[in-house]
Amino acid sequence: MTETLSFPQDRSCPYHPPTSYAPLRASGPLSHVALYDGRTIWAVTGHAEARALLIDQRLSSDRQNPAFPIPQARFEVARRLRTPLLGVDDPEHNTQRRMLIPSFSLKRTAALRPEIQRIVDELLDRMLAQGPPAELVTAFALPVPSMVICSLLGVPYADHEFFEERSRRILRGPTAEESEEARLALDEYLADLIARKEKDPGEGLLDELIAERLATGALEREELVRLAMILLVAGHETTANMISLGTFTLLEHPDQLAQLRADESLMPTAVEELLRFLSIADGMLRVATDDIEIAGRTIRAGDGVVFSTSLINRDEAAYPAPDELDVGRSARHHLAFGFGIHQCLGQNLARAEMEIALRSLFRRIPGLRLAVPAAEIPFKPGDTLQGMIELPLAW
Amino acid sequence: MRITINTGVCIGSGQCVLNAPSVFTQDDDGFSVVRPGREDGAGDPMVREAARACPVQAIEITED
Ligand code: HEM
Ligand code: SF4
Repeated sequence: MTETLSFPQDRSCPYHPPTSYAPLRASGPLSHVALYDGRTIWAVTGHAEARALLIDQRLSSDRQNPAFPIPQARFEVARRLRTPLLGVDDPEHNTQRRMLIPSFSLKRTAALRPEIQRIVDELLDRMLAQGPPAELVTAFALPVPSMVICSLLGVPYADHEFFEERSRRILRGPTAEESEEARLALDEYLADLIARKEKDPGEGLLDELIAERLATGALEREELVRLAMILLVAGHETTANMISLGTFTLLEHPDQLAQLRADESLMPTAVEELLRFLSIADGMLRVATDDIEIAGRTIRAGDGVVFSTSLINRDEAAYPAPDELDVGRSARHHLAFGFGIHQCLGQNLARAEMEIALRSLFRRIPGLRLAVPAAEIPFKPGDTLQGMIELPLAW
Repeated sequence: MRITINTGVCIGSGQCVLNAPSVFTQDDDGFSVVRPGREDGAGDPMVREAARACPVQAIEITED
């Protein structure tokens, strides 16, 4: 018997799925993979199958279910502490999500565009005044979403070094102890911030949740703290990776970048294509609570399931020439933001941030290029959100 | 054609509006609604794409 492929694995190129996943791609829409603890779970790689399964209520996101697959020792903590939104099923999920939907609507996101543009312009002014060269992650890719989510939530940006570093360690560890220590520190920080806001309210989403939900008893204090953590971490780490990796990918595809520069109206489609092509959140997890028949196989109650978005978004049945970046194509129906009830809450905010950041970056700096050979630039390992660790640029 | 939205399950993703803005819009709270007078799809070929894009399959299209 051949050994089961382990999941996740590191990419060999920052913008392609790991080459070692080739057998998964070849073996049909569902296969088996092994987790770090040796457990075997299902890996879904087919686009149609992923869509069907992600809306299936028999697949649960409840991380407290003992059968829930955990991909790394440092995420075992989710078994102990209930993760709001991401880690609960309906009807609980629906109640929590509905509290937040108004703050992430298309209208509210559109109203944030001038503020995002102002942030982007200021950061680019500073980068241009100080360089070349520049390190894009610290100078631009991270501060853009970090400033935006701070302003939306009402978290002081002055504390950014503290929460960015803790978020990074929660997601990347590397050890379970480091990750847990960072989580506790961020938990304490947010509990303290919420207590201060109760006495001295500000104008962010956290202030609204305190006034309308905590004060009325609709949200428990601990639940609000954990919700704040999810919003803060998911709100900056994800988009930061898309901006850094998106910039790297476009610089490595000069014909595509030229096409985009020649016609800036392509930007929204280009962002969708980058989301599809890069699939930075590669591995959504679920556990089956009942038997499910799909593609001639049976997922049994208690089985773990992982959705490899990087392979799903390159399913030939869904996208012609899937391994080619094509900023002019319609990448509609990609699953980079997930599908089903947990589809990304911040997706339209992220779209606005990516469009404004990439458009302004390439417009303001026509001669933008990598400052060192591509092969020397470090990118993130496979067990976390994908993106560049550093991105040294010159112009 | 007749379009109905199950607002009880809508998660405000905005996919319907992004795909077929002539037919769908979001109310002030971010939930999807069909634009008044467009319940028949107003001949917009993107209505089906919008329904397919809905992550919770809240959009139902019935043929008359
Ligand atoms: C390009 C950037 C982003 C990507 C690729 C991304 C990706 C995802 C994915 C794949 C999921 C679904 C997880 C699952 O089904 O298990 C998700 C959920 C979520 N995302 Fe994002 N995200 C991004 C930006 C953001 C931003 C800016 C926020 C702002 C707060 C955010 C907040 C959330 C939240 C709260 C959830 C959980 C929603 C729920 O369970 O109902 N994300 N995201
Ligand atoms: S696509 Fe579906 S979930 Fe999203 S706003 Fe429209 S009806 Fe609601």
